[in-house]
Amino acid sequence: MADTSALTLKEDPSIFKIIYGNKGLMTGLVILAVLTLIALFGPIFTESPTSINPMIRIKPPSADMWFGTDPLGRDIFARSIWGGRISLSVGVAVAVVAVGFGLVLGLLAGYIRVLDAIIMRVMDGLMAIPGILLAIALISLTGATLFTVIVAITIPEIPRVVRLVRSVVLTVREEAYVEAAIAAGTKLPSIMIRHILPNTIAPLIVQATYVCASAMLTESILGFLGAGIPPEIPSWGNIMSEGRTYFQLCPWIIFFPGVALGVTVMSVNIVGDGLRDTLDPRIAKKM
Amino acid sequence: MFYVIKRILATIPVMVVVALFVFCIIRLGPGDPASVIAGDYATAEDIQEIRIKLGLADPIPVQMGKWFVQLASGDLGKSYHSNMQVTKLISQRLEPTLLLAATTIILTILVAVPLGTLAAYKAGSWVDKFVMVFSVAGFSIPVFVLGYILVYIFAMELRWLPVQGYRSPFDDSFLQFVKHITMPAVTLSVIYIALISRMTRASVVEVLNEDYVRTARAKGQSEFKILLRHALPNAAVPIVTVLGISIALMIGGVVVTESVYNIPGLGRLVLDAVLSRDYGVIQGLILFFSFIYIFINLLIDLSYTLIDPRIRY
Amino acid sequence: MVLKIENLTVKLPKGADREFAIEDVSLNVDKGEIVCVVGESGSGKSVTAFTIMGLIPRKELTPTAGKILLEGEDLLTKDNAEMRKFRGSRIGMIFQEPMTALNPVMKVGKQIEELLTIHTKHNEQERKKIILEAMDAVKLPDPSKIFNTYPHQLSGGQRQRIMIAMALVLEPNLLIADEPTTALDVTTQAEVLALVKEIQRIKGMGVLFITHDFGVVADIADRVVVMQNGLVVEEGSRDKILHSPEHPYTQMLINSVPSLDPPDRSMENVQDTKVVQMSSVHKTYGSLGIFGRGRTVKAVQDVSLDLHGGELVGIVGESGSGKSTLARCLVRLIDPTDGGIMINGKDISTLSRSHLRPQRNEFQIVFQDPYRSLNPRRTIEQSLIEGPMNFGMGRTEAVAKAREVLEIVGISPDAMGRFPHQFSGGQRQRICIARAVVMEPKLIVADEAVSALDVSVQRQVLDLFLDIRQRFGMAMLFITHDLRVAAQVCDRVVVMQHGKVVEQGKTTDVYNNPQHPYTKELLAAAPGRDVKFNQL
Repeated sequence: MADTSALTLKEDPSIFKIIYGNKGLMTGLVILAVLTLIALFGPIFTESPTSINPMIRIKPPSADMWFGTDPLGRDIFARSIWGGRISLSVGVAVAVVAVGFGLVLGLLAGYIRVLDAIIMRVMDGLMAIPGILLAIALISLTGATLFTVIVAITIPEIPRVVRLVRSVVLTVREEAYVEAAIAAGTKLPSIMIRHILPNTIAPLIVQATYVCASAMLTESILGFLGAGIPPEIPSWGNIMSEGRTYFQLCPWIIFFPGVALGVTVMSVNIVGDGLRDTLDPRIAKKM
Repeated sequence: MFYVIKRILATIPVMVVVALFVFCIIRLGPGDPASVIAGDYATAEDIQEIRIKLGLADPIPVQMGKWFVQLASGDLGKSYHSNMQVTKLISQRLEPTLLLAATTIILTILVAVPLGTLAAYKAGSWVDKFVMVFSVAGFSIPVFVLGYILVYIFAMELRWLPVQGYRSPFDDSFLQFVKHITMPAVTLSVIYIALISRMTRASVVEVLNEDYVRTARAKGQSEFKILLRHALPNAAVPIVTVLGISIALMIGGVVVTESVYNIPGLGRLVLDAVLSRDYGVIQGLILFFSFIYIFINLLIDLSYTLIDPRIRY
Repeated sequence: MVLKIENLTVKLPKGADREFAIEDVSLNVDKGEIVCVVGESGSGKSVTAFTIMGLIPRKELTPTAGKILLEGEDLLTKDNAEMRKFRGSRIGMIFQEPMTALNPVMKVGKQIEELLTIHTKHNEQERKKIILEAMDAVKLPDPSKIFNTYPHQLSGGQRQRIMIAMALVLEPNLLIADEPTTALDVTTQAEVLALVKEIQRIKGMGVLFITHDFGVVADIADRVVVMQNGLVVEEGSRDKILHSPEHPYTQMLINSVPSLDPPDRSMENVQDTKVVQMSSVHKTYGSLGIFGRGRTVKAVQDVSLDLHGGELVGIVGESGSGKSTLARCLVRLIDPTDGGIMINGKDISTLSRSHLRPQRNEFQIVFQDPYRSLNPRRTIEQSLIEGPMNFGMGRTEAVAKAREVLEIVGISPDAMGRFPHQFSGGQRQRICIARAVVMEPKLIVADEAVSALDVSVQRQVLDLFLDIRQRFGMAMLFITHDLRVAAQVCDRVVVMQHGKVVEQGKTTDVYNNPQHPYTKELLAAAPGRDVKFNQL
């Protein structure tokens, strides 16, 4: 029974096979890819989203104008496709920035005890302020531009990322293999890079998708409330905000961008769930 | 008892951080409240006058000191426009929001916990898949879009419910209250139900793998009672925690829902303040909502000791 | 005949490493007898037990053939509702880990009461009376008080007594015990084993006792069934299996069990140089809180200990004795509160992190759990060369060194590019030993390094430790709860209790002539004392 006699080699299925095997993840990725392509190249083929044509005011959806027109005669289809660009850019930008800041702060909090107390108190405070209110206040003070909107949406998203990274660091640093590395005389920066950072990547990718989805929703809500991106830019939230007044008259102004937004956010969420389940089942618990 | 005091004291630093934050946003941000209030055609003297009136001309540390003294006495400041106390404004608008939030929470718990538990028990089945799809969809649909879809179906097409508005159960009939609150509460609770049912599912799935569930089966206990007596009590802590944390989420939802359904509550107060750039009201409301959040989470923290006897601080 | 299993086969799901969890298993349990099912991990012994109870996940594990006859009724033909009537009332079961097997948020009395509300029509007063009697029967002190406690307020032994009371309160004719003492300390284990045996004699039920420990088998079994890879390989009376096993696998297993009798040692490996000098080391956890209410735990108190080059010293003790804390202080994974630790003539107890790092190649540690002590994302090569390269060795040289050491620990150096999950537990532990050895340390601390391994693998890894010591002549400190392991490999043993050293001396002296009452108690509690197992 010598257990050294033969090395049993288990073959790992490749990461692509795993992704391909997860139906939900595949569906989400395909929808998201299609939406991204439309957002990128769609505007080339559509009318100008801002061209006003009083001849075609308040037309319901038809074969010519798929999504109908608004009281100024603007084509809702063209506007919706433009809105996709804005939404996806805001989502991705917020996700990248929030994860970046969150990672740095989380690593610091997880490894340096003095900083931990300070960072986590600030994060607790940030979490206590309702995100949308904070964003509204920030935007109304600084004036609404695409940049300030992104910043205002990012700030309330940071604490969750910090908490996630910190919890991963605190768990992993107790692992025996990290202690073994310490015992082997490995320096702290190397321990961070070799042993701890890789463990944060999978949960962070997943968290990034959730932040992205949530940022797109927040952006639309801000626009809808009239506190978001400047109204002349046709973001989904802005289109719907304009549609409020005429809702009983032409509900399609809200309906189509709303569905587009819902589908986009949902595909991002599905991708997030799929990644969570495939990348590492163990992290599922932490979210 | 000792723990209770300690835990209550522990909320003070968080409140201080919140207050500091709000202070910094308003005073140190790139925008100048005074010039915003004064409008585009104001002269430098006008702006300076407003500054002095609002106490913005004092040195920053003096302002901060005054700010904390004022907060400590329970004063959330005044409206820059109407000069009314923010606390007074809040008390005028509190009832609709409170009732909307309470209805939503009750609705959420009644729907989400059984739904999540069922999904966990039937993990992998079509019931589970349905709940999960519903939950992802619930997360993804913007509150106001859902609100308008409901209005379109139930108010405009079917004409079952009023399009908008609010009736107080104290001034008006209870039936009218229910009719008016139903759609807003459903609208607001969908995202919440999605979140809590998901959390319930995850938590119960985990608990169902525990050894004591196996022990209960080894006793011959029925699956229903295992869920009720063993799984749910053990799964409760994470569920309650998420319930508390998502209060922040709900406050955002309240603003939107009240705007869609034209409910004269705190959410509308926020929006009106933003549109009229009334920073006095905005900062007062942010503080108010944050303190509510901190207070609810304090209560939830304290409730852990009741839910789980192992938790002793 | 209480239980008769005929040709039971349980299929594993597709993609598992074998087709059947158990195959063609037949065994009987008579009234009034204790049958031990013994085997290593993956032998199918627990699957057998859970199949009887109908507690296996049917989607993954499906019984495909055979019968399970409980007093003549085939349990495999019962649906879930019918099986519920059997569980608890006609078959009782106790589990390995009493902490997790009890519902943490329910009072223990209520958990026993559940059985009575499910299966009987007694009113509340009658139920309470029955529960208190059952608690009394398992020798729980002050039953009416314990009735209202939660599991976390009880000790491990008390919790397992609650489990036993629960399993037996309805007086089933069959008791299934799945490794019920594995998670317990040796002295508690002895008490629980004695209790099970006593109750079994009084009530006369049949007991199916699952275990991996031949010491426990020797203490409790009337008959023994040996399983390997899902098959029954041998069955017979206790004496026959222990003293004249026929099947080669049984022989191998029994030969692998370390004897409690320490062999005579030549001490030829022990050099004169002192490698380790620990002088009155203390470790206190926790601190006085801001309000002066913080609790402190004195994990290690006033421990002084020397190790010579080439000497193998064992620290034995039960959980909470402070033995692991001491080990971690020694290699400075935690900082001792007080006291001096000289390694190779240098005091490392108070060195700052940056001054400590250049010393770290002198002392290495091997941990208990081989599944968690290698970074799953790094190849064996990366794990092995990390240490030497930290100390300035070039990559090619470090790789060559790693290959050399891998050869010594019995792993093919060609497997260096693989990841930890591609190795078995025993192989991983060899790799961990290699990781320590490549540093050419003066001291290796092994913290329960063989505790997670099956007995046959454990034997090989113990041999490896002895071989390494002989080759390189470093000192070794062996932390273990297993008196048999310590007896066979240690030159000297140190017995710890509640953070203090209660006795130390040459292994043969301590085992053959213990002085301290606690040492005597420990040795007396070791299961299977009266059976002679092999010396290494």
